[in-house]
Amino acid sequence: MLITQLKSKETIASLASGKAFIIICHGCKEVSFPEKEVAALVKELTESGKVTGSITTDYICNPENMKLRLEKHMGEIEEADVVLVCSCGVGVQTIAEYLENKKVCACCDTYPLPGGQGVTPLEYDCQQCGECYLNLTGGICPITACSKSLVNGQCGGSKNGKCEVDPDMECGWERIYRRLEMVGRLDVLKCPTQIRNFATDVDVK
Amino acid sequence: MRITELFDSGEFVVTAEVGPPKGFHIEGLLEEAKTYLSDITAVNVTDNQSSVMRLGSLATCKALKDEGLNPIFQLTCRDRNRIGLQSDLLSAAMFGIDNVLCLTGDHTKLGDHPQAKPVFDLDSVSLLHAVKQLESGYDLGGNELVGEAPKFAKGAVVSPCSDSIDAQLAKMERKVAAGADYFQTQAVYEPEKFIEFMEKAKQFGKPVQLGIVIPKSVGMVRYMNANVAGIHVPEEMIEELKADKEKTKAGITGVEIAARIIKECKPYCQGVHIMALGWESKVPEILKLAGLR
Repeated sequence: MLITQLKSKETIASLASGKAFIIICHGCKEVSFPEKEVAALVKELTESGKVTGSITTDYICNPENMKLRLEKHMGEIEEADVVLVCSCGVGVQTIAEYLENKKVCACCDTYPLPGGQGVTPLEYDCQQCGECYLNLTGGICPITACSKSLVNGQCGGSKNGKCEVDPDMECGWERIYRRLEMVGRLDVLKCPTQIRNFATDVDVK
Repeated sequence: MRITELFDSGEFVVTAEVGPPKGFHIEGLLEEAKTYLSDITAVNVTDNQSSVMRLGSLATCKALKDEGLNPIFQLTCRDRNRIGLQSDLLSAAMFGIDNVLCLTGDHTKLGDHPQAKPVFDLDSVSLLHAVKQLESGYDLGGNELVGEAPKFAKGAVVSPCSDSIDAQLAKMERKVAAGADYFQTQAVYEPEKFIEFMEKAKQFGKPVQLGIVIPKSVGMVRYMNANVAGIHVPEEMIEELKADKEKTKAGITGVEIAARIIKECKPYCQGVHIMALGWESKVPEILKLAGLR
């Protein structure tokens, strides 16, 4: 099981500069989703005239399903400066990969609960770390895509783009760098030093 | 003595590296360091280099300091969490060790205890931030330190000949923002690439020491080309090592190459850091040949 929680109002406000398209995943049966809070957020953003469109669906982590659902909305997505995704980390990564030229942002943090972990495609993973980094990394998860789960950039260990631990694995941070370069967002690398919070209790900040 | 003071005074700072043994007798290491490294600015002590378990960096730094050398305490994030790292920084301060080099560290899988849990609670950038935080009189948890706050020369590393220079520069910028005072580089064999890198790294205004690993043999450089990140030894250099086998075996070719790279890069950097990997006895000869002694 997992719980997704909306990030703070200030964080979301900083993500939603310009026009936004909102994707809401009601998820799989394993996820506990903040329905009411998300509805309030969509209402607030819509009233401020910032929303080009929104879609509520499930299983956006399934690429085929997600592509079908988004098809009708491509015009609205095109018009938006940012795509806000309310889902677990896997959903955000799936969307970011599909809309590779778009700024895709995570509105939720994902926390673990005991039990089954949902149906997710193997290419992406979410460790449910409780402090989603995808907004700082172009939608590629540094926790699962980097062998050392580094959050402040690559180590010196990649050779020809491959990880020092597993020569078959691409360096996650080189992927992140290329993605940020492609979407013109290298400036997010100038963010403050990140220090992870391993206390997964929601109340330890 | 903090090596930042020497950078500030405009000195071309020369450092070298020693690796503690897998055991606790270090008479040999101390003797070598005293004989060959006593007239250089500072001596780095590696921290379980390549994830191979050895005698501790901090203890070896203390022993070197007692012998009158100026140690640089290398600190990786692989084996300790933020509590252990900060505690060791305070221990270093107590011993009067005031140079640190902050690294992420190799993964445990590369070393001689591949079953070990890799920690990486912090990384090179957040470790620099932690050092800066201690210097302000507080720990990472925001708790006040008792008495005087420690003060370190905070070093970091960068890989100037990596395949992705721009990504390296972005990481370097994060390290500067987190508090890095100076940089030591991965081994350089391509001066033109290093010079190009330095043109871009100048903007950060932090001193950079050129990294040198003495090329010992054709086998060694081929191994590095295949396996070591950020290192590329050009084919002409490999031919040079091949040309006179006896000369290469005696270490003369390697010393000549190292000195030549230093000479070529010296106008563009603020110091040199020599990783002799057991050939500490060659350090004085390299410095002489490079015109630094």
